[in-house]
Amino acid sequence: MPKRTDIKSVMIIGAGPIIIGQACEFEYSGAQACKALKEEGYRIILVNSNPATIMTDPGMADATYIEPITWQTLERIIERERPDALLPTMGGQTALNTALDLAREGVLEKYKVELIGASREAIDKAEDRELFRRAMRSIGLDVPRSAVAHSMEEAVQVQAQIGFPTVIRPSFTMGGSGGGIAYNKEEFAEIVERGLDLSPTSEVLVEECLSGWKEFEMEVVRDRKDNCIIVCSIENFDPMGVHTGDSITVAPAQTLTDKEY
Amino acid sequence: MRKPALLALEDGSVFWGESIGVDGQTVGEVVFNTAMTGYQEILTDPSYTKQIVTLTYPHIGNTGTNDEDEESLGVQAAGLVIRDLPLLAYNWRKQKNLDQYLRDNKTVAIANIDTRRLTRILRDKGSQNGCIMAGDGSIDERRALDAARSFPGLKGMDLAKVVSVTKNYEWTEGSWDLETGHKKPAADDLRYHVVAFDYGVKRNILRMLVDRGCRVTVVPAQTSARDALALKPHGVFLSNGPGDPEPCSYAINAIRDIVDTGTPVFGICLGYQLLSLASGAKTIKMKFGHHGANHPVQDLVTKRVMITSQNHGFAVDEATLPKNLIATHRSLFDGSLQGVRRLDQPAFSFQGHPEASPGPHDIGSLFDCFLKEIKNHHA
Repeated sequence: MPKRTDIKSVMIIGAGPIIIGQACEFEYSGAQACKALKEEGYRIILVNSNPATIMTDPGMADATYIEPITWQTLERIIERERPDALLPTMGGQTALNTALDLAREGVLEKYKVELIGASREAIDKAEDRELFRRAMRSIGLDVPRSAVAHSMEEAVQVQAQIGFPTVIRPSFTMGGSGGGIAYNKEEFAEIVERGLDLSPTSEVLVEECLSGWKEFEMEVVRDRKDNCIIVCSIENFDPMGVHTGDSITVAPAQTLTDKEY
Repeated sequence: MRKPALLALEDGSVFWGESIGVDGQTVGEVVFNTAMTGYQEILTDPSYTKQIVTLTYPHIGNTGTNDEDEESLGVQAAGLVIRDLPLLAYNWRKQKNLDQYLRDNKTVAIANIDTRRLTRILRDKGSQNGCIMAGDGSIDERRALDAARSFPGLKGMDLAKVVSVTKNYEWTEGSWDLETGHKKPAADDLRYHVVAFDYGVKRNILRMLVDRGCRVTVVPAQTSARDALALKPHGVFLSNGPGDPEPCSYAINAIRDIVDTGTPVFGICLGYQLLSLASGAKTIKMKFGHHGANHPVQDLVTKRVMITSQNHGFAVDEATLPKNLIATHRSLFDGSLQGVRRLDQPAFSFQGHPEASPGPHDIGSLFDCFLKEIKNHHA
């Protein structure tokens, strides 16, 4: 893709504290994004609440703000710095959600900041479990049997069709926190209640449990002209059910033949 | 304990390692392949005839081997060179460990050598003729170097007719699927008849034709146009294969006659080069060729870039394309020509491997283009 010459300055949102769901890879990708964009001659404005990162080192960005990553703070920074574009894809869930907030609150429109890297629709599609499920189905990918529930009654209905064990995932929470696996009715009721409470949209996904399956990841890059590359495959050392954050991953995948790829 | 083994190149380089195949000696052109998966498909690809394959990915053999992933009847490569054979192989379809498989296929192979150093030599100096000696006792540097230097090289070597079948056969097996294995479509679903010239065909090509509703008759490389057309095909496929395309005059003549009848024609790899030669273009030997599963190729019409599987040591010289043959694809690694299409007839071909196996499936849609030509032609 040719270089965008209509953009002069880019604001990057960092990931904040390093936790499961947004680990050190975002520190790395954010720092690399600063370097790469700076090399291309763009002015970089960086916001991160975590000062103990490489990306907040002096010299990484043209302007560095160590401030809370909320849309209100970011609005003040945008007002002052007037960036042409906002890159939210280098800061994990925090950055993506904050970018969605900025769009929703009309800040991006007000200061004419273009969202780059991922559109609002794309972020919604990736973060909203029901939209994500529909998108995957439409391109022929299988997903675990599941359905969204907004109340305990709905959740119980869905669960009856899926059986135990069941995964409960609240929507729009960090790294899916507040969710869990239920092996019986008592656990199910408890986790659903907690999930509905924690989800900002009072929404949980009730899903078939894949514990014990082999787990692989693919790093894929696609540009706006639909050029795609699979950068690498990753194999999780532990089976599904052990969180990636507690496990080891190996790249490239080691136990897949070419056909299974 | 593994036995010692030795790889010698014509430039005088010598690598000592361990034997992971049978005892003995093998000679061929040493090439490197950068694919990270699919070593079994690579070993059984007839395009590697008379070539010793070096795999740049360091751990080879992790998933063992199985009967489903064969691209032909057994190992076709002249030899195998790898960095590391793991002690354990694991995959749910595994039947044999790689070293057992190599021995069963009587393949000479060497492990535990510095494949990075070897690859740099091949990249800087170009493909080298080489010799692997494996087993106790008889290994001798001098003799290995002599053997490497006495290999005549692939330029001018017609291997298509050597590896080809001798009799026609039918192919009706489809692609592999995670749940069902290789698909077996009903005869009624195979509505189109394709004659495939076997210059060293990979099975996955035949499978992808079957997936698209084709009953495939595979015919020997030296089949004449008349005999091929007598089978009344809806379309003719020109397969991949080893060696230099230029001496294959029997194929070039047959293809010229078939294309002239207006029958839809699709070629891959050697078949692509032969269609180009039959249309009046020229081919050249490349420095170290393209062998890998991550080669970016641009579609010159849509400008889209696709990641493709590649395996060729000869190329069509774009400067020699006649007026009725246009360039359709180009390699973004070195700008070399990757695809051509006839303007006057429904014939096109591609240098890389849309059938993948191994590699990405980005450009598999070329098979759909072929089917479209067939449907248009027989509408």
